[in-house]
Formats: sequence, C-alpha cells, structure tokens
Amino acid sequence: MTSSMDEALLRSLTPSVLAILVRRGASFAAAEDAVQDALVEAVRVWPGDTPRDPKGWLVTVAWRRFLDATRADAARRRREDLVDEEPEPGPAPAVDDTLRLYFLCAHPSLTPSSAVALTLRAVGGLTTRQIAQAYLVPEATMAQRISRAKRTVSGIRFDEPGDVATVLRVLYLVFNEGYSGDVDLAAEAIRLTRQVAAAIDHPEVAGLLALMLLHHARRAARTAPDGSLVPLAEQDRGRWDTASIAEGVEILQAALARDRLGEFQAQAAIAALHADAPAAGETDWVQIVEWYDELVRLTDSPVVRLNRVVAVGEADGPRAGLAALAALDDSGLPRRAAVAAYLHERDGDLTTAARLYAEAAQKAPNLAERDHLTRQAARLNARRSR
Amino acid sequence: MAKYLLLKHYRGAPAAVNDVPMAQWKPEEITAHVQYMQDFANRLEGTGEFVDGQALAPEGTWVRYDGAGRPPVTDGPFAETKDLIAGWMVIDVDSYERAVELAGELSAAPGAGGQPIHEWLELRPFLTAPPTVTE
Repeated sequence: MTSSMDEALLRSLTPSVLAILVRRGASFAAAEDAVQDALVEAVRVWPGDTPRDPKGWLVTVAWRRFLDATRADAARRRREDLVDEEPEPGPAPAVDDTLRLYFLCAHPSLTPSSAVALTLRAVGGLTTRQIAQAYLVPEATMAQRISRAKRTVSGIRFDEPGDVATVLRVLYLVFNEGYSGDVDLAAEAIRLTRQVAAAIDHPEVAGLLALMLLHHARRAARTAPDGSLVPLAEQDRGRWDTASIAEGVEILQAALARDRLGEFQAQAAIAALHADAPAAGETDWVQIVEWYDELVRLTDSPVVRLNRVVAVGEADGPRAGLAALAALDDSGLPRRAAVAAYLHERDGDLTTAARLYAEAAQKAPNLAERDHLTRQAARLNARRSR
Repeated sequence: MAKYLLLKHYRGAPAAVNDVPMAQWKPEEITAHVQYMQDFANRLEGTGEFVDGQALAPEGTWVRYDGAGRPPVTDGPFAETKDLIAGWMVIDVDSYERAVELAGELSAAPGAGGQPIHEWLELRPFLTAPPTVTE
C-alpha cells in the first residue's frame, strides 16, 4: 500500500496528467484508461521509491500505456504518428485544462449518476471499484456506467466552452448523496471543489466550497454513537470543527462581497448563521428567513419553500409557520408532514403532532430520518398516555 | 441516483393480462421467457443500472424466537399466505420515471403464445443514506 500522502499526491495529479495526454492528441477515453493504469502502477511501485518528479513519472508511464494500447489497436489511423513521438516533459499544466476536464465530466449530455462516476474517476483519480463501493453497486455495473459516459462525451471537443454550474451540481451531488464506505465522499467533494476554485474565480464556486465546509464542520455532531441522527438544535456545538467553520465563513464573505449572489452562496449564508450561534436558542432566525427569501427568488424550489416555513416558524412563532405552511401548495413534498408535526408540537397540539410525526415517518426517504421521526411520535404518545 | 426493488410475485399481485400458468406454456415459450429475463439483466448491466437479481423458491419456512435457551419455532409453509415473492431485481437509476420505464419493460417478458405477460411488478424505493445538507 502507498502511504496516504502518496495517495493524496497521486490523486491530486490525476487531472493535470490526463490533460497533458489529451493535449498530446490522445482521445479523452483512451487517455483516461492510460492514466488509471499509471495510477495503479504508481500504487505498486512508489512505496519506498517515490519518484523525484511524481508528475513527470505519471505522464511518462501513462503515455507509454497509451501507446501500448494504441499499438494493440491496429485500426487506429493515427497510430504511426503517435508511436514515433517521444514524450516530452509536459508543460506546466494549464489551470484551464483541469477546468476543461471538469466541464467534460459534467457535460449536460450525461445523466447525473454518469457525471458523478466519471468525475470521481477521471479527475478524482478513484478506481472503479472504489466508486462502485461508494454507491453500493457491483463493480461491473460501475465499469459500464463509466465507459458509457466516456462514449457519450467522446465526440465533444476538449476545449468546448463549459458552464461551471453543471460542474457545481455534480460536486454538490457527490457531497450530499452517497454512503460512507472506504471513500469519504464528502471530503472528496471538498477536495475537488477546492481544485475547481483554484482553477476559476467564480463566486458560486466559492459559495459551494463554503457551503461544504460549513456542513462538514458539523459532521462529528450530526450522528449519535448508535448512528441515529442528531437534529441541528440538539447538536453538541462544542464538537463542531471551528477551523472548518472559520474557513467557510471567510470564503463566503469574500464571495458575497462581489455582489453576484447565487444559490450556493445563499445556502452557505444560512449554514454560516447557524454556525455563528453559540447555542440553538441564539440563532438569528430573522436573518435566516431573509436568506430563504433570496433562495426562493433564486431557485423557486418547493423544498426551499418548505425549509423557509421552518425558519418562519422559528422567527415568528409556530402559528406564523403553520400559516406559511398552509399557503404552500406542495402537498406532495416528502418532508411536509414532518414540518407540520414540528410546528404543531411547538404550538402545543401534541395529539396532531404525534399523528403527523407517524405519518412523516411513513414517508421518510431515508432510514435515519424515519427512525428519528418514529421516535418523535413515540415520545409524544408516551407523554400523552402518562 | 436512487435504488429500486422490482418485486415479482408468485401470488398476491393483481392478475396479469396474459395470465396462463407457466406449466401450460410451450417449452420454447419458457426458453424465450428465461432468455428475455437474462437479456434484460445484461442490458441493465450495460447501461450501468443493474445491482442485483435473484429468484426465490416458492416454498419457505416461517421462523420465530421462542425464548432463551429454546430452539426457534418453525412453521409453514402456509398455502393461504396471500403474498408470495418469486424474485427481485434491484436497479440503480437516475429517476423514478426511469425505474417505471424499466419495470414496464420487464413486465413485457413473453409468456404463453409468445405474447407479453403484462405482469404486475411491484416497484419499491430503497431508503437511502441521509443527505449531508439538511436545511
């Protein structure tokens, strides 16, 4: 095994090595395979013998692999040209090239799950097996998903202009959805977002990075030792990672100062206001409602409207929250019953709250949330029967 | 990115359109059916959407705890059990719509007379891991 230092280094070099191969004329798909081979080779050879120029080493090995594969594929028309070409020590990696790879991996022609898988492999440097484990699918399925994704983007020019918003959506998905197996997807999403932030100066990239850091800071406090969810209001704030919060807030403030608000900055601002409260009771809910108003304006998302109702309930009292809830016409939202239950409980109507918590548990999209809501219903039912 | 279970029933599902017991099919119709199921699974692996698929024996045993130091009690199988699962397939897809589309294709597996069975399949979402961002 390589040391974790080596692995971090290897994975951080992945996009620039891949970009160099593509710049030399390799197709994205072939270059990506060759880089994966080189990474595997590095894991084998580097321990005890880390090269002085790790990137040069990876470029040389990947290029050789690419040539071998090209030689084996006699049908390739450009074979002769490529075989005779000696690998030059690559030019300093253009930051733009890394960004172009992100654009390609998040291309709008890909489905979200394909874009996630391709991003984690081609720029994240994860193996197919690691990605398969992170998303609980067989390795063969993930291999097919990745090779299909590569075929989908094979006709796209490497220097085609891209939209950074597509990249951010993919990175947000990596951060927000996945299982914590061997690979820490949240930490990986932060690493990749940092890489994008270094490649492009864009307030929403900074906003997403801040959002991730602020939520990641709460990670140790989010779950009890038995794995159950701890709601924000009940978290031990002493266990929040203050360094991560400080960094998130600083990045966010710099982004907001540029006055180009976007949804990730607004979400990060809400997370920052929570982070800023020494105790749940000191949360500035009035300001949070204002940020939700911005978010509603930016996204018009039913989920955001529902979250705004929670904030209104905290800022102006449960009656105001229930009135705001009644004004929503999104009865199909999975968490609507949970929000209604919470507001009714705070309003003192424990019978309705218990019934709604039980109903919300039935509709919960994940196990931890279902268990939490069932416990809330049980708690109220026990109190009423005393 | 969501996982769904496609459940196939021996008993308990609403009646299929082409509702003929398998034992009354022609042998080549059974072969065509089995081939269709295999091709379907292979195709889903090719699209990167296949997770798992298994068939179950129709007869099972009911088991329950009977107190400390005592062996578990077994019972059944019960002929009157209404719901009898025949097998399942687990898929990992981008949307509910895609899951419905695939279930529809699986339900088109050929049966008697080489015609689609139009069998009712039950589509159940998996409970996921909790998302990181909660507010």
